[in-house]
Formats: sequence, structure tokens, C-alpha cells
Amino acid sequence: MITARYHREIPQRYRLEAAKCSSCGHVSFPPRLVCPQCKARKFEAVNLSDEGTIVTFTVVRVASDKFSKETPFGVGIVELNDGVRVTAQIADVHPDELKVGQKVKLVFRRVQEDGKAGILCYGYKAVLA
Amino acid sequence: MRDVVVIGAGMTKFGELWEKSIKDIFVEAALKAIDDAGVDHIDSMYVGAMSSGLFVGQEHLGAVMADYLGVTPIPATRVESACASGGASFRQAYLEVASGASEIVLAGGVEKMTDGADVTEALATAADQEYEVYQGITFPGLYAMIARAHMERYGTTREQLAAVAVKNHRNGAKNPNAQFRSEVTAEQVMKSTMVADPLRLLDCSPVSDGAAAVIVASMEVAKKLKKNPIRVIASSQASDTIALHSRRDITTLDSVVRAAQKAYKLADKKPSDINLVEVHDCFTIAEITATEDLGFFEKGTGGEAAEKGWTSIECKRIPVNTSGGLKSKGHPVGATGVAQIIELYEQLNGKAGARQVEGARIGMAQNMGGSGASCVIHILEAI
Repeated sequence: MITARYHREIPQRYRLEAAKCSSCGHVSFPPRLVCPQCKARKFEAVNLSDEGTIVTFTVVRVASDKFSKETPFGVGIVELNDGVRVTAQIADVHPDELKVGQKVKLVFRRVQEDGKAGILCYGYKAVLA
Repeated sequence: MRDVVVIGAGMTKFGELWEKSIKDIFVEAALKAIDDAGVDHIDSMYVGAMSSGLFVGQEHLGAVMADYLGVTPIPATRVESACASGGASFRQAYLEVASGASEIVLAGGVEKMTDGADVTEALATAADQEYEVYQGITFPGLYAMIARAHMERYGTTREQLAAVAVKNHRNGAKNPNAQFRSEVTAEQVMKSTMVADPLRLLDCSPVSDGAAAVIVASMEVAKKLKKNPIRVIASSQASDTIALHSRRDITTLDSVVRAAQKAYKLADKKPSDINLVEVHDCFTIAEITATEDLGFFEKGTGGEAAEKGWTSIECKRIPVNTSGGLKSKGHPVGATGVAQIIELYEQLNGKAGARQVEGARIGMAQNMGGSGASCVIHILEAI
């Protein structure tokens, strides 16, 4: 992954920075130029809650080559306490113990490696609260 | 807009076609379609393909295929809407003829998936790269999350998912172009290798090579050729959020609901008027949600419908995926949407052999891209 591409997502991946529509209050993550709800174009920066609930999940057992050494791993859709949903790996738990409705917290982790010579890529993963 | 008809169809067998290149298979399907229609020329052509760049390192497929088909200098354009590329290709051909800009247009689709690419990674490019795929999610994983949510909310069972695969393999066994011409049992499905819980290998459509093409023409051309044309009575398309997690409801694919509403309105038909439907069963759960979102069954009851056999050819309530669907026929992604149209063309002409739905006059095709961010629907009617 080219570093510029990685760098520009850092505010979202490291700090959960989102955009709250100045007109209708809808929170977009990642930030957008047009509010998907009311089509307004003005936003204020907000940080998402790092706590939430598992809405649905899976256990990836066949992954792309990049993630194949990490299988099996849990991935879920997490609804954060402010209502925004994100897709995140669910770490530090045996996949068989995952359940819909479990409370989780997003933490800062290494998410992937860009081959042997590339950069290490960080971001959020969910762990059971 | 004026009446548009399908007057010819051709496809390769779907499967692991190691002896043939992407050019070979596209040209084979296109020539079959041209010969079947009996036309001496085409005015333009569309090539549906999801990711030829990642699968075989070849873009610019419009020109590539026009060249190898020997039809230069006609306009030739590649169309991409992930796994709905084939349906989108057909829709472009439909619109071009309906508008009066052309009389005879070839709508094709192709994918060559077994040439060594990381297929899981290539397919995942249809999801949000930065906010879904970055976390390691795969396409089976995305549909597995839909399946789990559907099971939690509506009580859909593992057996009901398996019933979809069993039925589609039963149909595909009767299709000479299908990748898997073998039946499977529910037990085999439920004991197959886990791919992304709760989806197992036999819940997933396979990795396939294949191409499909149809000839779309004006009614005037069809009359001159004295063909048995099949009329396109609705063409609709809808989009939704690219990320599954941004959807209003994870168990409902709104793009399917919206495209279906539009299609029924355009055709002036309702779900009970449809005699058969080809749905985009990339995974067993996708057939269950599609039969609900297209209005054939109430939300939450698609699993029960599959288990009770209401989607079988014999039942006639609404035969679903008589071709074997993506599950058994195979899923060369760019070709799939066109192959769905071919199944309708054969069925509505009464030429589907052992898979024939007796008296079929109206058929629907639902082709989907990504985890439901694109949906293309067509309704065809025998004249």
C-alpha cells in the first residue's frame, strides 16, 4: 500500500474522526462531501464513541492471501453507542465464543502488513468489553 | 421508447476452461449468439466484465473483443458493475436499441477467473476497500453476516440455507452448460468445509470461467428475420451504499427492492404474474433474501419457502433458478447477468429441455453487484 493512500485514512483509523452534518445532524464515517441523508455539504468534525454492540458477525476461515496466515478470525458489524456502524475484526476472543449483542470496545491494533518490505498498517479492532 | 426484443443467444459451458483464453470464450459465445439470431452484422457491442484487469491483466475489453470477433470498427464498450456487470451490459444494449440509436446490438459478458489471480482479493474489490476489506472481510464473509442477521431476526435455519443449494444443484444437473452437473444432499451441504460462519463451501457459488452473449434488436429487425423474439418488458437498475454496515437494514437489500418496484411498474406486472425467476444466488442466503425482496415471499419467510419446495420447477409457485443458478451453473461474474437472460430466452421459447417450466410466458432476471450495492432487473415476455 502506497504510504499516501494509507496516510490520508489515519484520522479515521487511529482516532475515529467522523463528520456530523451541520444541517440534519447525521454522522458520516468516514467523512463525506455530501450528507447521505439531507444532501447538505457542511459538516463539523466529531469523534465516534469507541464502545458499541455486535450487530452481526462471521468467522473468516478462507481469507485473501494477505490475511491467510491469520485465519480463523472474527469480523463483525459493530454499532457504536452513537449509532454509527463500522466493520471491524473482533480480536482477543476465540471465534466460537462470539455472539450477536455482545458489548465491545474499539482498540488500536496492527491490522495488516504490506508484504515483507512495505509499511505496517494500523487501525481499530473490536475486543469484548 | 420503442419495443426491444432478444433474437439470439449463445454461451460457453461454465467451469474451469483451462484450454481457452478470455478472448476465446467471449468470441465463442458471441459467435453462437450471432449465428443463433441469423444476423449478418451488429451495430455495436457491450462487454460486461467485473475485473479482467485483476483476473488476467487485460482491460479495454470492448476493443479487445471487437477485434477478435472481427467486427471493428463498430463501437464496443466494456461495462462494469461488479457481479452485475452482465446485467448492466444487457441493459445498455437494451437502452441503445430502445432509444433508436441502433437496430442490432450484442450484449455480452465474460470472466476468466482461473488464470491464477487471488480470486478472494479480486472479488473483494466490489466492497469498500478502505472500511470493509481493510479489516480482512471477504465476500463469503459479508454474505455470512447477512445470513447470521437473517437467522437471528427471522429464525432462518441452517437446513433452509442448504435447501437452496440442493434445489439449485438439482436444476443444474439438467443444464448442459452448468459447471456442476451433480446433485448434492442437504447433509453434504451442511458438512462441507466452513468458509465464513455460517456459510460453508456448498453455500457458495464457485470460481468459474465463462462467457455469454445475446443479440438485442428492434421489433422491425425481428420481423424481417422471422425469428421468435422475446420482448424485454422492463429494464431497471438501482444502487445502495457500498458498505454493508451502512445499510438501513442488513437483512434487506434495498437496491433489489427499489429495482423490483420499478421493473414491476414498467412491465405493469406483479410478482404473481412471473412464471420463473433467475436470482443472483452468489450464496444460498442471497437467494433467500432475493425471493423476499422481489416480492415473491413475505420478508423473513424466504428460508421456509426454499425448504418447503415452493421455489422448485415442479411446484410452479415460483420456480427459482431453473438454470441451476450461480451455485450450480457457475459464476463467471461478468457473464452471469447475461447467462440469466439466456435462461429466460430458452424457457420462454420452450427450449429448456428437462428444466422447462411448462407454459412459461413471463420471466424475471435479478443480477446483483457487491453485497447489494448494485442491482439490475429485467422482465422478459414471450410474444
